[in-house]
Amino acid sequence: MDLVVDGKKAFAYTAAREPDPAKPTVVFVHGAGLDHSSFLLQSRYFAYHGRNVLAVDLPGHGRSEGAPLPSIERMAQWVLAVLKEASIASASVVGHSMGSLIALECAAQAPAAVERIALIGVAYPMKVGEAFLEAARRDDRAAFDMETIWGHSPQGALGANPNPGMWMYGDALARLERLAPGVLYNDLRACNDYSGGEAAVARVQCPALFLLGRRDVMTPAKSGLALCAAMRQARSLVVESSGHMLMAEAPDATLDALIGFLGA
Amino acid sequence: MAGPKYPGFDTLALHAGQSPDPATGARAVPVYQTTSYVFRDTEHAASLFNMERAGHVYSRISNPTVAVLEERMAALEGGVGAIATASGQAALHLAIATLMGAGSHVVASGSLYGGSHNLLAYTLKRFGIETTFVSPRDRAAWKNAIRPNTRLLFGETLGNPGLDVLDIPAVAGIAHEARLPLLVDSTFTTPWLMKPFELGADLVYHSATKFLGGHGVAIGGVLVDSGRFDWEASGKFETLTAPYAGFHDMDFEEESGTRAFLLRARREGLRDFGACMAPMVAFQLLQGIETLHLRMPRHVENTRKVIGFLKGHPQVESIAYPELPEHPDHELCRRLLPKGAGAVFSFSMKGGRPAGKAFIEALRVFSHLANVGDAKSLVIHPATTTHYRMSDEDLKKAGITAGTVRLSIGLEEAGDLIDDLDRALKAASRA
Repeated sequence: MDLVVDGKKAFAYTAAREPDPAKPTVVFVHGAGLDHSSFLLQSRYFAYHGRNVLAVDLPGHGRSEGAPLPSIERMAQWVLAVLKEASIASASVVGHSMGSLIALECAAQAPAAVERIALIGVAYPMKVGEAFLEAARRDDRAAFDMETIWGHSPQGALGANPNPGMWMYGDALARLERLAPGVLYNDLRACNDYSGGEAAVARVQCPALFLLGRRDVMTPAKSGLALCAAMRQARSLVVESSGHMLMAEAPDATLDALIGFLGA
Repeated sequence: MAGPKYPGFDTLALHAGQSPDPATGARAVPVYQTTSYVFRDTEHAASLFNMERAGHVYSRISNPTVAVLEERMAALEGGVGAIATASGQAALHLAIATLMGAGSHVVASGSLYGGSHNLLAYTLKRFGIETTFVSPRDRAAWKNAIRPNTRLLFGETLGNPGLDVLDIPAVAGIAHEARLPLLVDSTFTTPWLMKPFELGADLVYHSATKFLGGHGVAIGGVLVDSGRFDWEASGKFETLTAPYAGFHDMDFEEESGTRAFLLRARREGLRDFGACMAPMVAFQLLQGIETLHLRMPRHVENTRKVIGFLKGHPQVESIAYPELPEHPDHELCRRLLPKGAGAVFSFSMKGGRPAGKAFIEALRVFSHLANVGDAKSLVIHPATTTHYRMSDEDLKKAGITAGTVRLSIGLEEAGDLIDDLDRALKAASRA
């Protein structure tokens, strides 16, 4: 569905269904340089299992207009504005990578509007290597390679994609190549610069799920587990075989964890 | 700081798409010879059918052995994914049927495999899809042939049988300017000789029967999507960007972005047309692909030796091979095919049809049959076989004469191939 937020078109995937005020809502927030389709299987499941789904494209990503937002805090404000625009009083927020920090911030900024948060592939601080940032700043192809290779477990290089016939590396590269210049750098810098994690954790009042990949080299599981330990009402699940791209690398484990947490 | 590194071509040819079988530890790709897959429960079944979970339902739509081949080819080509089909022709049909319907139009190279030409010129026309054929070297013709209802530009990386080298960067540029994708048949080149996506093509297909398999025991095709073409921005592809009543009003582009084309091709094309690949065929083709990087250099090396022999032979009138300086696409070949121009080429001999007949019947090592890309060397007379349905005018446009003979050079000892050709050319000279 198309909404208007801050005067710009904001897109949210709903599995072609109009939100029903009587149903609970799940918002999906993608990671750096990605879009709503990174939650393809999981968002579709919830849309067909009694939930409203809003899998958003952040500004400057996918089908949403506008320049990419410069900070995690601003991105969280934008997600909350999407909820308001869609006349949804409260929702669970599922975020991946950068989206997990946005979900955390949403819960901290608007406790009444956020029922639960699921943080997938999260680390805090979410520091980005200087070489990676610099390559992204130059819109150098090397940044796409780093995001692709570090974004998957070692097996991802060779494949055996759970999604028949698809090659995860190729899909990651194709998505990155569709980005407008500067978007990946904007996102990586926002992750790198985010320093509100401790304060946000202290303000979160809702239950949280930390879903982590044991073979994740971008946001190592130990960092996510440390953040989880600092949060009330938080539980964690580590998927042994997965790297950072849990929704693609371990789609069933990711979905099952979300079903268990969100109760669909 | 050194950046991360991708696996090389040779490694992908052996490993991509497979990890050792989780059920048995089998190192080789297992043949999952099954039509269907047991659901865990009714909820699992419903989720698989509604594309909420990844997995296999029925082997017409997907199969674990076939999926290894598909992912391996996607990795070798650098695409988002692939769909294996019953043949190369099925792959071409699947690509076209996924993108368009009645009332649409294709601009295609006039130098195509006879079966592809037939599909476009006659069969699809019956279903309301028209094609304009153009000289692959004529950029203005490509551009001028595009109409408001054009949905695809299509050519072969190396035209059949004259080996016209398709100027992929130029034709892709023309296609993209018109917000259209470029599909190429890369059968003659394989990803070892050329990666069309790196040159600007959007979709690639192969007759995997040829060099990919290499053994001549299995018929199959593979259609690969680069994932780079923006169907939504183009605004010309309703099959991918409008709700589809045949799948819960799914808008494939909205649903899956880079995967839209393959999603529709699999969920509609394989489901409804049913030209799928059998698991044993996928297994056989995988055996070939595992040595593609070893075989292709030898194919090219042998071809160069054979051409060296033919070039000085008094019975030979002309040779169409882009590595030769006199070939019109020689410079383009050097640019786009630095590893070589493959192992299929045509030559014309003196004496016309009688000489051609005597030549083919005198060969002992070369096999006279309708195929190319086998490990064994092959020969055929296009005007009376692969291209016999084409009119004289179309034959002329494709560079085929009564004396044209097509060779596919295999992996035998090059000296034995040259001896065989020498003997046959002597027989031809007496005809």
